[in-house]
Amino acid sequence: MKPPRWANWLLETFGHPDTREEVQGDLLELYAYWEQTMGVRQARWRYSLNVLKLMRPLAKRKSTEYPTIFFLSPIMLRNYLKIALRNLVKNKAYSFINIGGLAMGMAVAILIGLWIYDELSYDKYFQNYDRIAKVMQTGTFNGEVFHGEYNPAPMGPELRTVYASDFTHVIMSSWTRDHILAFGDKKFTKTGNYLSADAPDMLTLKMISGTRAGLKDPASILLSESVAQALFGTSDPVGKLMKIDNKLDVKVTGVYEDFPYNTEFRDMKFIAPWDLYASSEGWVKRAQDNVEWGNFSWQVLAQIAPNTTVDAVSEKIKNIRLKHSPESAFIKPKVYLQPMRNWHLYSGWDKSGNLEGRIQYVWLFGIIGVFVLLLACINFMNLSTARSEKRAKEVGIRKAVGSVRSQLIGQFFSESLLVAVFAFGLSILLVLLILPLFNEVADKQVGILWTNPVFWLSGLGFSLLTGLIAGSYPALYLSSFQAVKVLKGTFRVGRFASIPRQVLVVVQFTVSVTLIIGTIIVFRQIEHAKSRPVGYDRSGLITVAMNTPELHEHYNALRDDLIRTGTVLDMSTSSTPATDLNSQNSGFDWVGKDPGFKDNFGTIAVTHDFGKTVGWQFAQGRDFSRQFPSDSSGMVLNETAVRYMGIKDPVGKQVKWNGKPYRVVGVIKDMLMASPFEPVYQTVYVLDYGWANVINIKLNPSRSTSESLASIESVFRKFNPGSPFDYRFTDQQYALKFAAEERIGKLASGFAILAIFISCLGLFGLASFVAEQRTKEIGVRKVLGASVTNVWLMLSKDFVILVIIAFGIATPIAWYFLGNWLQKYEYRTELSWWIFAVSGVGALLVTLLTVSFQSIKAALINPVKSLRSE
Amino acid sequence: MKRAFLGEFEEVVLLTVAVLDEGAYGVNITQEIEQKTGRSVGFSTVHTTLQRLEEKGFLSSQMGGATAERGGRRKRFFTVTAAGRKALQEVKQVREELWGALPPQTLQLMGG
Repeated sequence: MKPPRWANWLLETFGHPDTREEVQGDLLELYAYWEQTMGVRQARWRYSLNVLKLMRPLAKRKSTEYPTIFFLSPIMLRNYLKIALRNLVKNKAYSFINIGGLAMGMAVAILIGLWIYDELSYDKYFQNYDRIAKVMQTGTFNGEVFHGEYNPAPMGPELRTVYASDFTHVIMSSWTRDHILAFGDKKFTKTGNYLSADAPDMLTLKMISGTRAGLKDPASILLSESVAQALFGTSDPVGKLMKIDNKLDVKVTGVYEDFPYNTEFRDMKFIAPWDLYASSEGWVKRAQDNVEWGNFSWQVLAQIAPNTTVDAVSEKIKNIRLKHSPESAFIKPKVYLQPMRNWHLYSGWDKSGNLEGRIQYVWLFGIIGVFVLLLACINFMNLSTARSEKRAKEVGIRKAVGSVRSQLIGQFFSESLLVAVFAFGLSILLVLLILPLFNEVADKQVGILWTNPVFWLSGLGFSLLTGLIAGSYPALYLSSFQAVKVLKGTFRVGRFASIPRQVLVVVQFTVSVTLIIGTIIVFRQIEHAKSRPVGYDRSGLITVAMNTPELHEHYNALRDDLIRTGTVLDMSTSSTPATDLNSQNSGFDWVGKDPGFKDNFGTIAVTHDFGKTVGWQFAQGRDFSRQFPSDSSGMVLNETAVRYMGIKDPVGKQVKWNGKPYRVVGVIKDMLMASPFEPVYQTVYVLDYGWANVINIKLNPSRSTSESLASIESVFRKFNPGSPFDYRFTDQQYALKFAAEERIGKLASGFAILAIFISCLGLFGLASFVAEQRTKEIGVRKVLGASVTNVWLMLSKDFVILVIIAFGIATPIAWYFLGNWLQKYEYRTELSWWIFAVSGVGALLVTLLTVSFQSIKAALINPVKSLRSE
Repeated sequence: MKRAFLGEFEEVVLLTVAVLDEGAYGVNITQEIEQKTGRSVGFSTVHTTLQRLEEKGFLSSQMGGATAERGGRRKRFFTVTAAGRKALQEVKQVREELWGALPPQTLQLMGG
């Protein structure tokens, strides 16, 4: 008997070819043996069973070739990383450009991200964030909607009693101002507020010692940790007696943790009870006791009850003002609540009544951040794809020696991922380096969110994404090449392969040129406003707060003494410094006034010497003078006020203010006291020695400033011993008006420079790649008689064309957006053509510089060298 | 390099090949194992084990002459390589060391 035929067939067909012969032999031998020992049936059975077990899927295959290792196995991963690292080290310049550029882009994105995070988390420190609101007033004047956070004194009690069920807390608040805090000999000027007694609960103060209830005692004060430290050092301040503004005796009843920098209350370094304020300031007491609904001088904060919403409460309280001052009906007054989440980012309203504010900068920077990052990614992608074309041969060889496609994909991806992760690490270092400078420029206190998992996840996630996208071209496209084609030497990457790269370069330069134009225009606008005539002389002008009873009492003696020292040319007091306009009043009447006219004027109280001190200039009439006692009811108008009132020859005419007659003695050229970007406000100046908040001092220009200040300080010490001598230079105060714009300008220019730098870095890399790719061509051209200039032109031309296209795209974009931005400012610069020209030429020059290095290098190569290999 | 793992059955097969010396091929290896250990082993099992041991480098093989009873097919003769010998010795040494480390009373209990 023979073994079963089907089993033989199976073995013939499916047995492993390498071992088929001996297996069949062995099995036949065994079959013979089994037949003898166990009988035919048993032998056939065993034979079949063994054949089945030897079928290829069941039996271990004996392979003669090397096994293919799964492309994500640890061994392969180690191999990829090793080769990737070697590649990075081998092409140092390329790696530097790639990692450095990407890291810079990431660093900018991280900084902007931190900035935005900080902006968005403003005030979130407060536990009742969602329920705290500011009481606001709005109305319509001559068709123009205005909003204000000034409230009358009875607003708080009204809300607290009439609407008790809608509020958990209602807080009266003074404005955060400089006050003198004194303990024994130690005296400091610190900013702080007077608040209602339950404010610490609403603000959920974190007490370090004492209790939140401390403010309930009307002669108490709560200090922030930093102030407590300054005044009391390490000793426990609770229970100590101290003085506010040299007149109010208070007892420290608590110390609270300083508010974080990104809160509206960050300057509130101490809190004193509202009741103390109301009882010590006559005008506040009057306003409160007489229930004056017409004096809008305070802030009212509130926390709404848990069962209601800001909108619902706003709806309920909207008519409070109308109810108490029906005569204001013509401005359609409305009271409403502004929730805390809007305080910082949506603090204003545009002309059509939509909320606006810093949120536009959040968007602006967000967009810039995305674009800078995009630039860096484009570089990365461009350079990877450009370089990877050089590696086509490598792909061929790898395939020829047995690489499978998945391994090549793994290899290319791991290289780009490695670069991206390195760049992320480097960007963290860069951010750490730049942060101090950034915080200073941006007026922030942000730091890396070391403990925030979202920060790390998004950072790493982004790095991985970049790596994957940048590596996708070489990984997916190059790995598909057939080894034979590539190695034969006839292989060419398609002639359109460089098109995407060119498009990306155009995108890069469009962004860069737009940013350059934007930056120039922002700075032009700032310069424009800075050089605006202000109508007074701010050089050598200083102001000192008139915040103690001693100063009021000894004002004349102080002035005489100061002028006698020779360091002071003149001195005067006024209700506001020259750089501020913070009181407006209505109730004016004059002959020819239209009854429905919005008679709102800026009102400034000055003394006789004010004009000489600040150097205002007269268009008509004369300054206040001691020679005319009737000047005590005199009035000086600014030119805008005259135009606004529509009276001709105002000098000598009568203007009534709240029924009291004033005679116009002069008209001054407009003094710019408010925003340098806005038109000058109509303003009246009256003589009033009682309504003085600041002392204005004009220094003698022939003395050195430090010497003058020292002698002025000693005179102040004599008359005002209880206070530190704190002064402000008017020109510095004036410069502060540009702080917000300058901050934005500086940040934007920083980002613009980085953007153009990153773009150039990419260009540099691309140029070197092109030069290298065309080495042979350049060699041939040189042999045939091309000069260095010819070659330089040939290589640079392509890039110059791209930049010109980018400029063409950027110009209308910049024109549109910056035109819109400038509309915001009443006093604005023009979009001059030369700004665009300068940006374009600048970008072109930078491009040429970048590219020339590589192209001249390529042009100078001896053709003998470049052509020798073939 | 890491020491290659030698399974129990692999050890038996390797040893058998060593025992059979020059003439070790599929059939007599299978029969030898059946006779010496008294366990019934399928040829396929032995065959795959031989392949594996060769892959691991413990065995090498060459084709021998053909015989009539095999339908004219050649035999594949296996020989133990140096690595194979070393592996066997290591296994033996480990066993001996472990036996040697047995405390005397345990040895007595086990009937040794």
